[in-house]
Amino acid sequence: MTIRRRGILTTGAAVGLTLGIGPARAAKKYGPGVTDTEIKIGQTMPYSGNASAYGVAGRCQAAYFRMINEAGGINGRKINFISLDDGYSPPKTVELARQLVERDQVLLLFYCLGTQTNTAIHKYMNQKKVPHLFLATGASKWGNPKDFPWSMGWSPDYHTEGSIYGKHILANAKDPKIGILRQNDDMGNDYLDGVKEGLAAVWKHVVADVTYEATDPTVDSQILQLRASGANILLNISTPKFAAQAIKKIAEIGWKPTHYLMSVAASVGAVIKPAGMENAQGIITAQYAKDVTDPAWATSPDFIAWNAFMDKWNPTANKLEGSNVTGYASAVTLVEVLKRCGDELTRENVMKQAASLKKLEVPLLLPGVLINTGPNDFYPIQSVRMARFEGDHWVLFGDLLSRDAEA
Amino acid sequence: MEFFIQQTAAGLTSGAIYACVALGLVMIYVSTDHINFAQGEMAMFATYIAWMLIDAGVPFWLAFGLTALIAFVGGLLIQRFILKPLETAPVLALVVCFIALLSIFNALAGMIWSYTIKQFPSPFPQYDISGHGLVSVQQLGVVAVTLVMLGILTVFFRYTTLGLAMRAAAQNASSARLMGVRVSWMLALGWGLAAAIGSIAGMLVAPIVFLDPNMMTGILVYGFAGALVGGIGNPMGAVAGGFIVGVLENLVGSYIIGNELKLTFALVVVVGVLILKPAGLFGQIIVKRV
Repeated sequence: MTIRRRGILTTGAAVGLTLGIGPARAAKKYGPGVTDTEIKIGQTMPYSGNASAYGVAGRCQAAYFRMINEAGGINGRKINFISLDDGYSPPKTVELARQLVERDQVLLLFYCLGTQTNTAIHKYMNQKKVPHLFLATGASKWGNPKDFPWSMGWSPDYHTEGSIYGKHILANAKDPKIGILRQNDDMGNDYLDGVKEGLAAVWKHVVADVTYEATDPTVDSQILQLRASGANILLNISTPKFAAQAIKKIAEIGWKPTHYLMSVAASVGAVIKPAGMENAQGIITAQYAKDVTDPAWATSPDFIAWNAFMDKWNPTANKLEGSNVTGYASAVTLVEVLKRCGDELTRENVMKQAASLKKLEVPLLLPGVLINTGPNDFYPIQSVRMARFEGDHWVLFGDLLSRDAEA
Repeated sequence: MEFFIQQTAAGLTSGAIYACVALGLVMIYVSTDHINFAQGEMAMFATYIAWMLIDAGVPFWLAFGLTALIAFVGGLLIQRFILKPLETAPVLALVVCFIALLSIFNALAGMIWSYTIKQFPSPFPQYDISGHGLVSVQQLGVVAVTLVMLGILTVFFRYTTLGLAMRAAAQNASSARLMGVRVSWMLALGWGLAAAIGSIAGMLVAPIVFLDPNMMTGILVYGFAGALVGGIGNPMGAVAGGFIVGVLENLVGSYIIGNELKLTFALVVVVGVLILKPAGLFGQIIVKRV
């Protein structure tokens, strides 16, 4: 009898609890991968293979999430960050994305790296309606909310960068003869398409478009072809290793074109230093993030915070590698989005919050470079400043150039 | 015309690199009768060791010699501990083993030294002889070292007893054994020498293409092409093949088919040579008694 009564009492209490607390937390809605204590996030990253230099970003982000978890997580939930190696190989990316979505049941994929790798899972992610957020590629196709409402890029797209170089060439060169060096794959082609739109006004001045294969040992022959074409402007659309080779070879043969280096290959630590600082003087690039070698930022609070983070949480990383900056800043952006989701951590709400960032200031982005998104604007960062390599770091010049303002 | 000469010069430089790698491949082939797919990665790994030595303040040429020595011992150990148990295994098992070595070395290097490219100092001055960026001392240096290595190897294989014993061990193990050649040790020696040659190739290549764990991946394919075109059993042929592939690739790429098909062209040349003259342009046909 007693036992029975106690049973009823417990049941009653349980009902009371459900009724009492239920309405108070009515907003608590979870999608896959989320519990009261955890948010599961997936990623594919080239830790091995050709593009493995970029794997630095994934390691930096894992370190950042560890720091966030140590400090109590996001609204009390710890981040469970599953970052897998796809070796920069699209079929592998597909396999891993399926594994992350279907087996691990992650809430979202974050900062997957590579143009062709992300292209391979673009449709899949949108069919499955899983957020495919802040991708580490500058292709323009990620900003298409009408057809692909679940994918969103992060860094300025190639179109933005191309149009800015185009304007700079028009304004500064008297008799422009443009030579293009690019990698013959999805990355190079996509970059070229973006740049082509941006360069529409100066496209007739292109005198040579020379490609190399990612398997080529050197680009020496290509550089000679470019010089022989009579180009006085070089648009260098190559990955870090080949960019470094090109910079060195150009100096060796005494060619002196105005050299525009795509921002993906403009890392001081990974490209300029190996190529030789003396060979890189005067190269022009576009930047949206702070160059940590620039003494101008040494006293800015975000740099100090980043520096402390790197020392404590990511001590083995080389601070000169640009991926430690972009990896960090993009992770901060994601954490901000997740914070704003509050207790409604559904895939729908993640996309909604990601698409309603207004003038968000993110550490380590250049002053004035703000993140703006909207239901029809899936390009988070669209402002850059031009920079010229002088001495041992990039020196910014000119005004903030923005495609937002243009539109 | 100037463009033609420049492309030829650039082709000779890459040709020298291919020749170096091809030499290592030939070395293994001549002394063990196998083709080592991990040759490039072993060379890369050794180059990292050289980089560490130089970074620690060891003078270049001392580091160069030390690295070749370390690579020699490393190659020897690999043969003793990994390949010796497989001596009687079918060829396929060996191929799998070579590919495993390839990815092990690649991943290890990435783990230890990260994937960021590193500048590797060149022993030769960055001095341009012609004034047009045509021929630099660096380029001549690579060619010279390759030729010296070739000379030493040719003499070694042709005129020394040890060289003869090694060739015998590879080509007809049982007869060699009956003649008193310690076959298993000859194979180990071959691996050691191939690793040392590979390390030298790596150290010559690194100042030009920059040091990273994937440094040799692309080059190895061209190295194979060079070795096969010249004849994989002949050091001299391999070097000539390397230069031929390097120059042809540049000229054909610049004038006829464009840069996109350069690698394809190299492979077509390989297939062509193998169909018309299976032993390679300078190769000897070795008849094996079955």
